[in-house]
Amino acid sequence: MSKVRVLVGTHKGAFVMTSDERRKDWKVEGPHFAGWDVYHMNGSPADPDRLYAAQSRGWFGQVMQRSDDGGKTWQPAGNEFKYDGSVGTHKWYDNTDHPYEFLRVWHLEPSRTDPDTVYAGVEDAALFKSTDGAKTWEELPGIRTQKTAPSWAPGAGGLCLHTIILDPVHQDRMFAAISSAGTFRSDDGGKTWRPINKGLRSEYIPDPDAEVGHCVHHVAMHPSRPNVLFMQKHWDVMRSDDAGESWHEISGNLPTDFGFAIDVHAHEPDTVYVVPITSDSDHFVPEGKLRVYRSKTGGNEWEALTKGLPQKDCYVNVLRDAMAVDSLDSCGIYFGTTGGQVYVSADAGDSWNAIVHDLPSVLSVQVQTLA
Amino acid sequence: MIRIELPANLRTLAGVGKEVQLQVDGPVSQRSLLDALEAEYPMLRGTIRDQTTKRRRSMLRFFACEEDLSDESPDAVLPEEVVTGREPYLIIGAIAGG
Repeated sequence: MSKVRVLVGTHKGAFVMTSDERRKDWKVEGPHFAGWDVYHMNGSPADPDRLYAAQSRGWFGQVMQRSDDGGKTWQPAGNEFKYDGSVGTHKWYDNTDHPYEFLRVWHLEPSRTDPDTVYAGVEDAALFKSTDGAKTWEELPGIRTQKTAPSWAPGAGGLCLHTIILDPVHQDRMFAAISSAGTFRSDDGGKTWRPINKGLRSEYIPDPDAEVGHCVHHVAMHPSRPNVLFMQKHWDVMRSDDAGESWHEISGNLPTDFGFAIDVHAHEPDTVYVVPITSDSDHFVPEGKLRVYRSKTGGNEWEALTKGLPQKDCYVNVLRDAMAVDSLDSCGIYFGTTGGQVYVSADAGDSWNAIVHDLPSVLSVQVQTLA
Repeated sequence: MIRIELPANLRTLAGVGKEVQLQVDGPVSQRSLLDALEAEYPMLRGTIRDQTTKRRRSMLRFFACEEDLSDESPDAVLPEEVVTGREPYLIIGAIAGG
């Protein structure tokens, strides 16, 4: 019988949740790394028992953890993230030039084929790679030294590289997204990068359709169709059909097109999920109702999914890395909230149940489908 | 033996109790003491000092003998009471209000 393993990072530790394919009864283990922020955990597709976790705290900086037994035990790994060569500057909040400075790891993306290879997206925006199971890290400096990088400025959450997508078809193609610089693409395995933000329009920057400066919150891809990308921008839900060369808006009938999380159904490349959030000043769901919106048409036409979700007095947020899908025959959708709930739908969003109600604020949710 | 008290989060990370004891050869300064601590417990590298600059992380303080040594020269010799183990060397996390 297949199983799922849900990796949940919170502001006060990490949790590992497992269930069988019915996804009704859950075993919850944790907190691991109690008291620490766990921005992200992820598992190797090549060896699902190889997990990586990024734990950090303002007092103590970044610590990396690795598990070789599916999260039962953990070992501290290498945590030296040193920018390669000249550090350079980006714009600070007061528009002065500010040296790039490593703060924390936001996202971990293991290789599809090698358990020892993993990428880390960090703040201040840069991309690191380990090929020895997270013992050591080397920067792939091409994105931080991209010619627009000195003009990048942090959003309120920091200048973070939060999204890394490894193209499963074009082996050397990678996508990355940075708040608030935009989306970038490499066609040579991460050596060189270029902005791919044509079609994005952001009224909160001086030139709304500038080459960079867009606060991209998250990007998702279905592995069977790597030229199609879905994006939740600060405002606007966007789609590209040409691997990011151009984007068009698909917000359609959403109640608000502000949000953070976006993901794609495991078996239906045109079925997309978002969780609309009221606004950039009110980081909670609209009208006190927690609603996931699903489009089965690749965007524009959205339906609210509410069965099993609170429909009054709910004021939580769902952060950018806090939604995931499994690949069981009946696709499971998962998301975690800043209120500490982790919800699962075993029927592609038609109905929902809480796995847990009372965790610390959830930063990230990742799902592994296990044979 | 030199006694070092760690903040709770670092005790968990290093898998130790409230206090660790270290033998440090030669003149004992904050630098040599922290070098020895990180050599014995490599998982603490980067959590007390920046790995590159070796500067104290800004939200930690170093106390001993009822004195704040945080801003003293890292190469200054530590008080005799710390060197002989009569007093612990304290690594303290700044107090958070929430």
